[in-house]
Amino acid sequence: MTEITEVPSPFCGIGTDDLAIHIDGVSLKVTANGCAVNSPAFELPIVDTAPRVAGQAVDLATAVAKAAELLRNTQQPVIGGCATDVNGMRALLALADKVGAVADTGNFNIARRNLLAMQDAGWMNTTLAEIKNRCDLLLIIGTVPEGFAPRFFERYLWTEDAMYLSDTSVREVIYLGKTPCGDASTSPSGKKAQALACADAELPDVVAVLSALIKKQPLQAQSVGGITVDDLQAVAEKLRTAKYSVVLWGAGTLAYDHAELTVQTICNIVKDINLQGTRCSGFPLGGKEGDQTANQVCGWTTGYPARVNFAKGYPEYDPFLYDSHTMLTNGEADALLWVQAFNANAKPPLTELPSIILGRSGMSFDKEPDVFIPVGTPGIDHAGHAYRLDNVVAIRLKKLRDSGLPSTAEVLHAIEQAL
Amino acid sequence: MLIKLTGGTVYDPASGIDGQQQDIFIQDGRIVDAPTDGRPVDKEYDLRGKVVMSGAIDMHTHIGGGKGNIARTLLPEDHRADPVHRTQLTRSGTGHAMPSTYVAGYRYAEMGYTACFEPAVLPVNARQAHMEMGDTPIVDKGGYVMLGSDDFLLRMLTANKDQKAINDYVAWTLNAAKGIGIKVVNAGGINAFKFNQRKLDLDEQNSHYAVTPRQILQTLAKAVLELGITHPLHVHGCNLGVPGNVDTTLNTIQGVEGLPMHLTHIQFHSYGTEGDFKFSSGAAQIAEAINNNKNITADVGQILFGQTVTASGDNMRQHANHRFASPNKWVCMDIECDAGCGVVPFKYKDQNFVNALQWAIGLEIFLLVEDPWRIFLTTDHPNGAPFTSYPHLIRLLMDRSFRNDMLATIHPEAQKMTTLASIEREYTLNEIAIMTRAGAARIIGLKDRGALSAGNWADITVYTENADRQAMFSKPDYVFKDGELVVQNGEVVKVTWGTTHIVKPDYDLSIEKDLKPYFDKYLTMKLGNFKISDDEISEDGRGSLTAHPLRGVA
Ligand SMILES: [Zn+2]
Repeated sequence: MTEITEVPSPFCGIGTDDLAIHIDGVSLKVTANGCAVNSPAFELPIVDTAPRVAGQAVDLATAVAKAAELLRNTQQPVIGGCATDVNGMRALLALADKVGAVADTGNFNIARRNLLAMQDAGWMNTTLAEIKNRCDLLLIIGTVPEGFAPRFFERYLWTEDAMYLSDTSVREVIYLGKTPCGDASTSPSGKKAQALACADAELPDVVAVLSALIKKQPLQAQSVGGITVDDLQAVAEKLRTAKYSVVLWGAGTLAYDHAELTVQTICNIVKDINLQGTRCSGFPLGGKEGDQTANQVCGWTTGYPARVNFAKGYPEYDPFLYDSHTMLTNGEADALLWVQAFNANAKPPLTELPSIILGRSGMSFDKEPDVFIPVGTPGIDHAGHAYRLDNVVAIRLKKLRDSGLPSTAEVLHAIEQAL
Repeated sequence: MLIKLTGGTVYDPASGIDGQQQDIFIQDGRIVDAPTDGRPVDKEYDLRGKVVMSGAIDMHTHIGGGKGNIARTLLPEDHRADPVHRTQLTRSGTGHAMPSTYVAGYRYAEMGYTACFEPAVLPVNARQAHMEMGDTPIVDKGGYVMLGSDDFLLRMLTANKDQKAINDYVAWTLNAAKGIGIKVVNAGGINAFKFNQRKLDLDEQNSHYAVTPRQILQTLAKAVLELGITHPLHVHGCNLGVPGNVDTTLNTIQGVEGLPMHLTHIQFHSYGTEGDFKFSSGAAQIAEAINNNKNITADVGQILFGQTVTASGDNMRQHANHRFASPNKWVCMDIECDAGCGVVPFKYKDQNFVNALQWAIGLEIFLLVEDPWRIFLTTDHPNGAPFTSYPHLIRLLMDRSFRNDMLATIHPEAQKMTTLASIEREYTLNEIAIMTRAGAARIIGLKDRGALSAGNWADITVYTENADRQAMFSKPDYVFKDGELVVQNGEVVKVTWGTTHIVKPDYDLSIEKDLKPYFDKYLTMKLGNFKISDDEISEDGRGSLTAHPLRGVA
């Protein structure tokens, strides 16, 4: 029995790295600083270690050979999921390049809301340590950070110290769109967050009105989405008078068509405040289980975020056309390789096509894939690197136990070699 | 295997060889003396009539790190115009302004470059820089670690910590982030921007810390010197791009009081305020100051016309420059109480007065600085232009009539504001070899690179002599990396993986007594998780670390 401290988590996205974990053989127990996301993810027991071909247990070499056979003469394979560490993603892209596949990260349709806004107009953003030390006003638009990462407020807002705030409980928190869930957003001195709630469908209009107020444009409306314009005017004033406000949004919960326009409006609010002589930064909340890692590695390997097609022998990027789910549904693909090394509960897309799954041990399927290879989880079964949600910090994941499970990278390299 | 390169015309300034016909022998990756024991030559290359230099070294090029990936993500349209096919040997990717890492490595090698140095490694983003450089094939790499706007240093300065404590912190950071030098970007300015200061002059105080850029530069330059780091403090000055900043730059040179200092992309810091457009060349003053101050080195950061993207740690100045963004989109970031970054696409136009004069100013500096050992050929890739434009730039330097032909095509008012037409100097092949090889290796502190004498690693580039220098430098006949033939006729024939160059200055471990509580209290990462371990560089089986000696140590 050993205990490892300062363990970084690839699961929560916010780069928690103060976990203490007891290790007994291959079973893990989070003994300090766990949360509803991290503890179950670390503690999930290993169920299966043997690869399967057509449901029958086989050795790794047999599974790899079968995977290579299924990919060998394909015209347009798709590689989905892409939930792995940096080395796993490197290997995934090497294989995609070789077989002419689409590589498409699992949550791309969510990330796309940000990417389209960013690629159209750019943004001014900040990172977690700046929030921790500078943020005196946090405006949360259309999301609930404590739902995404239970320790968000504890780790980054209600800290004992901040370099530029004498008392962190003076930070002001405003929810626009959603209401807080529980008391995580309540300051240590008991000050509750202000909530200006509206229906999701109204959020684009609410954000547009806030943007107009920031730009000092005349408005006829008295209220929007059930929120008074006066209340929004007060938010605008607070943004203008804060020292370092942060406008946080979560693309994942902007679940409506053309949400990228809302993101862009939010980003423009941030830019406008800066142009009016006050500092203000955006903060896109989102990206866990390898989302940022996939986009970062694909970014430097191909020049594009992780929805690219190598079919022509070079990477092509199209945020809509190369949606692997749509391609499977529309009969545009002829094989599926799906990688999910973090989450045993995730489900691959259902398809009649030849399918190869690299998944976390314990994964269950509605339809047994042609090949299933249980792989190690980065940060538990092998060392690796994963990006935090703010994209700047790559955390060094530790190996906690000897499970014998191969890494995603090892398996994908082997498949590439066997082609 | 013994390789013989026979009869080439060798330019090896490190050994004082200026265009002499010589044979070169290679064994086990290194250059060796001509064998005297009658060993047979396994492979011979007939290089008669060819020009032989060591592999070129780009001492300032943004090839790895977060802001580069932001630049890539921001500009899919730029990549679409330059797709790069996969081959039997090489990976696919994309090129132009901010190429994918594989393409960057191949294209550098295909131009005869064998080492590239990323000049803006944020300590907190150093892992990413190393991972990107780790995916950059063939060339060696290394990075300069950015300090000067990090809150820890500014707190030390405010608390009047002594120079030794600063030195310990600098050395600790350099070891943790695995760099070969220390860089300062707009000293203290990135930090001041977080406090809503929109400009910061050399003697202006940070509104929170009451520390000036001059103080930061002096302190860090001293730290670099006292730690024995060969590469002088690498300085991106204050007021980048601001008309009149020539005075700031001259002050910066005086202010460092004789300590070694490298001024990077100095073209962007050499602007006066004369003329109808209140924008003029300060190149003559800058060149004179460099000529007179032997402690100063500089790279130019030449701009060349066309689309590119600027990616800088200087988010204060990048924010101010966002109104020139073309296409109109840009990113600024504040980063982790460490630094920041700004990414702004630019299209430099020859018919734009300012751009045209920037072009002329860069060339004036190249031609007016007398000592080629103290001026380096860069475009500050991709900020002034993509690195693929180097052969064109070399022709501008080596061929006066070509230069004057180009000059005649730029904005007419800019032509009137430059002395370029009257400058007769043409760079020689030996001078090009100094500024892109021997001088670069010397200023970075690379042992056994950038020279062709026995004992050096066999990084060698062979060109066919051609009066059209652009053609000549675009397509080497052969490039050897560590003795292996990697490029033939301007195309990659073998993919190898270069090493990562670092220095490891000593420090007093007790600095961690101050750092650990600071990390725990204010940062978002544990101290132990911040430090990059050696195996992170080497565990993929391709990467390696090469530590270079400190000054005063054999
Ligand atoms: Zn630069």
